[in-house]
Amino acid sequence: MSITPVSSPHAHDHSSIYRIMRHVCFALLPCTLFGIYIFGFPALNLFLLTIGSAILFEWLCLRLMKKSTTRLQDGSAVLTGWLLAISLPPWAPWWIAVSGAFIAIVIGKQLYGGIGQNLFNPAMLARVALLISFPVQLTTWPMPQESFLDTGFLDGLAITFNLAPIPDGATGATYLGALKTELGNNASAVEFASTQVRNSDALLGFSAGSLGETSALLILLGGIWLLLMRVITWHIPLAMIGTVIGLSALFNAIDPEQYAGVSFHLLTGSLLLGAFFIATDYVTSPSGKSGQLIFGAGCGILEYVIRTWGGYPEGISFAVLFMNALTPLIDLYCRPRIYGRSLNGKPKKYNAPLADAVEQES
Amino acid sequence: MTALSALLVLTLMGLLLGFALGLAAKVFHVETDPLLDEVSALMPGTQCGQCGYAGCNQAAEAMVKGETPVTCCPPGGKTLAATIAGKLGISISLDSMNDELLLARVNPGLCTGCTRCYKACPTDAIVGANKQIHGVIMAACTGCGSCLAACPERCIDMVPESKALDSWHWPKPIAA
Amino acid sequence: MLFSLFRGGVHPDGFKELSANRRISKLPIPGRLYVPLRQHAGTEAIAIVNVGDQVLKGQLIGRAGRGLSAPIHAPTSGEVIAIEPVVAAHPSGYSTKAVIIRTDRRDQVYPQPALVDPFIQDPETLAKKVADYGIVGMGGATFPSAVKLQSAVGYEINTLIINGGECEPYLTADDRLMRERPDTIVTGSRLIQHIIKAKRVAIVIEDNKKYAIAAMRNATEPYRDVDIVVVPTRYPMGSAKQMIQVVTKKEVPAGKLSTELGVLLYNVGTAYATCECLMENKPLVSRIVTVSGGAIKQPQNVEALVGTPLSYLIEHCGGTVEEPARLLMGGPMMGLVMPSADAPLIKGAGGVLALQAHEINQTESSPCIRCGRCVSACPMGLLPLEMANRARSQDFDSASEFGLKDCILCGSCAYVCPSHIPLVHYFQYAKGEISQKNAAQKRTEYTRELSEARRVRQEKEAAAKAAAKAAKSKRRKRSATTTD
Repeated sequence: MSITPVSSPHAHDHSSIYRIMRHVCFALLPCTLFGIYIFGFPALNLFLLTIGSAILFEWLCLRLMKKSTTRLQDGSAVLTGWLLAISLPPWAPWWIAVSGAFIAIVIGKQLYGGIGQNLFNPAMLARVALLISFPVQLTTWPMPQESFLDTGFLDGLAITFNLAPIPDGATGATYLGALKTELGNNASAVEFASTQVRNSDALLGFSAGSLGETSALLILLGGIWLLLMRVITWHIPLAMIGTVIGLSALFNAIDPEQYAGVSFHLLTGSLLLGAFFIATDYVTSPSGKSGQLIFGAGCGILEYVIRTWGGYPEGISFAVLFMNALTPLIDLYCRPRIYGRSLNGKPKKYNAPLADAVEQES
Repeated sequence: MTALSALLVLTLMGLLLGFALGLAAKVFHVETDPLLDEVSALMPGTQCGQCGYAGCNQAAEAMVKGETPVTCCPPGGKTLAATIAGKLGISISLDSMNDELLLARVNPGLCTGCTRCYKACPTDAIVGANKQIHGVIMAACTGCGSCLAACPERCIDMVPESKALDSWHWPKPIAA
Repeated sequence: MLFSLFRGGVHPDGFKELSANRRISKLPIPGRLYVPLRQHAGTEAIAIVNVGDQVLKGQLIGRAGRGLSAPIHAPTSGEVIAIEPVVAAHPSGYSTKAVIIRTDRRDQVYPQPALVDPFIQDPETLAKKVADYGIVGMGGATFPSAVKLQSAVGYEINTLIINGGECEPYLTADDRLMRERPDTIVTGSRLIQHIIKAKRVAIVIEDNKKYAIAAMRNATEPYRDVDIVVVPTRYPMGSAKQMIQVVTKKEVPAGKLSTELGVLLYNVGTAYATCECLMENKPLVSRIVTVSGGAIKQPQNVEALVGTPLSYLIEHCGGTVEEPARLLMGGPMMGLVMPSADAPLIKGAGGVLALQAHEINQTESSPCIRCGRCVSACPMGLLPLEMANRARSQDFDSASEFGLKDCILCGSCAYVCPSHIPLVHYFQYAKGEISQKNAAQKRTEYTRELSEARRVRQEKEAAAKAAAKAAKSKRRKRSATTTD
């Protein structure tokens, strides 16, 4: 017979890559919309440019490699572009968006062989490459605006396309950046947290930061949606957030002057965004549950270490990339136990009847 | 100046290391004899000659030396080719190899019972007696074709193994 | 909780309501029956009737073959009109030898020996009768039941599990059987218990079959050592290993039989057939089969004779609303795709499904995104994505290393795969390649031995010849010297 007969199972749960990507994008919508609202037209431009060029590069790669361009429809390029966009400073110029999308899609994903083959999270790879190459653009943080229209459409275009300099008064520091500076000036973390950080602002997101990272509340909302839709499981987020909570509580208890408290670490920066949306990337995280716990905890430790003792105020992208590299190793050692076998793969043995055991002992 | 010296140092290092590697390959050269024994042990051992060599040992030697492809043994089939390729550490494409083993079948209408074929059979897979029609024990036939040449009546055909439900396996899925 | 569940598993849509609420109807006898000589795990039965013979219902027409096998009986009375290959109920599209009977629709029964109360007979006699009457596992594996009964010899069997899980979607044959004929099932279970000397019987039913549970509870009322165990609905609950784990909280050690744990498992259909065999002298010639799926006009359960063409079954159920996109024997999770509706019904077929395009998975597969859903779904604790990857690159050894041997082909992994990768197909392919390789290796070893033996023989012959020649010439020399 020339036709390959189809194998069971004939039923399917109707899930698809596209559906998964759609759920993630939907979950990202609240924090993204909020980010665009508080950072205005330049943020919108950045968002659209990043996603648009991600799609374009994906299409070009598929064409070049003579793969079916229907693969574009799986939505993975959109998501990669989206994740990159919301982890960039909201007023970053157009060429940051385009070169970031190039690094993410072409170098981070397609050079490895396309979807499912990449070792590192493409969006984070691009962000780190940009951060190292263009530190100024990647650390210019606009302050949140009162309303979306504070920067007009034309002003927005001017900022995005480098036609006008960003006004001095419009920029500031992120909470994490400010803390690092203050601690460098021998100030106390307690004082910094009490005078300069308003927890409600950090929670709601009225602060300087990457496009989509500011609102802890909305990110949490999206994360819960992903959990409810079973797109992700609790293992990586819980392990990661739990580790950061544990470490920050520990060090805060040791020396509150030097180490910021739990709520500060939890609500500022992109810990939540990383835990729910970035570290949980399927391709680059372990596939087993125990492996995911280790992976999450590793991300959490690195995140805290970089924030506290590292050269950068925020380290989520470095932490995730580092753990990405360890994923194959984790997967190798964290295999689930096979039914009827013990952990080392030998067939399971049940205890001999008691009488025998006693005999052997005597 | 700095660039030049860096270039020089790197080139020098490359040359030195390359020389060292080449030297090591010569000094620590391993005789391939144990490999030859291993490969010979894998061969069907029927000395059928379909590979073009006098016998299985000669074919094994040629394969180890790389003079003939590991796919040269029809009775051994894909399994043998894959095993030897693994032993020799080479990668081959098995797709060109015939999946089906052709086995001998005596045409009872033409057989005169001359006994020449069963004398020629390297595995005693043909049974019969003088002036009696001969038959082939399929399980013992390697498909070497020695009997084909021996039969004066040309009454032996090579036919594929009968297609049975047992011998059917799922083919490879069409890849994504 | 009374029981711990098994790892992984999935919750596919049931579609049981399509056929669950109709009574089992008896299928009229078709004009011709195509009775395959192989409807069981093991070797083909050997036909003992000839073309032109008249046969009666229940008459032996094929005796068990060598090794693992089972006999075949005439499903009804009629004339044997041919013994030839017919299309097999198998995805390969190959044919299989079958006895073709033109039925006379009189359904005359072959006289069987007088019935003895089986509860006073010894287990060996009963096991032999189960073997002679062609009883095989009705859950789909079609393993000859008697062999399983004999495997219990020498083991202390604590629990006999009667599997009423029926976790496959669409299928309701066991459900209906339990609702309508609970007493026969309970008697059959007690007979098996009697044969294997099991201490207790646990009849395990998924909690989505509340009528079956009620009927079976009622029927087991008088027996203290027969319990109904209600388990949650989760696929693959009906798989032997998973059910044993749920009931006993122990796992069958890899490569071992469940008797190691003092457990033996039979399908409710097998218990029913065993009762019919031992209490009524009926060989296994018919079964309850669910005819369902979106393409069937009147989905229902029918009691059909083995050898009935599937097309006849479908016609009896009102025919199809449209050309089915896929015709299956068994359930949608593990069932086999049928090459044609001409294939005959066999003993192990619990369902015949004619599915519409929207009911099956036809999406083209895309690359794996390592989401790990297959890992979570695997009830055996395997890594389906890694196994399939290795199988695709034809690295079968490391596919085995990842636990291919332990895979039960339940399909949970492929069911949840968002990339629609045909994971089970890859495992089937790898398993086939491995067994082919093993067979080829065995063959090479065998022919090597043969040629070695031949070489030794030829050397001996040559030596003998040389010795004879030497002796002859010596004699000649000696005689020459003496005459001188």
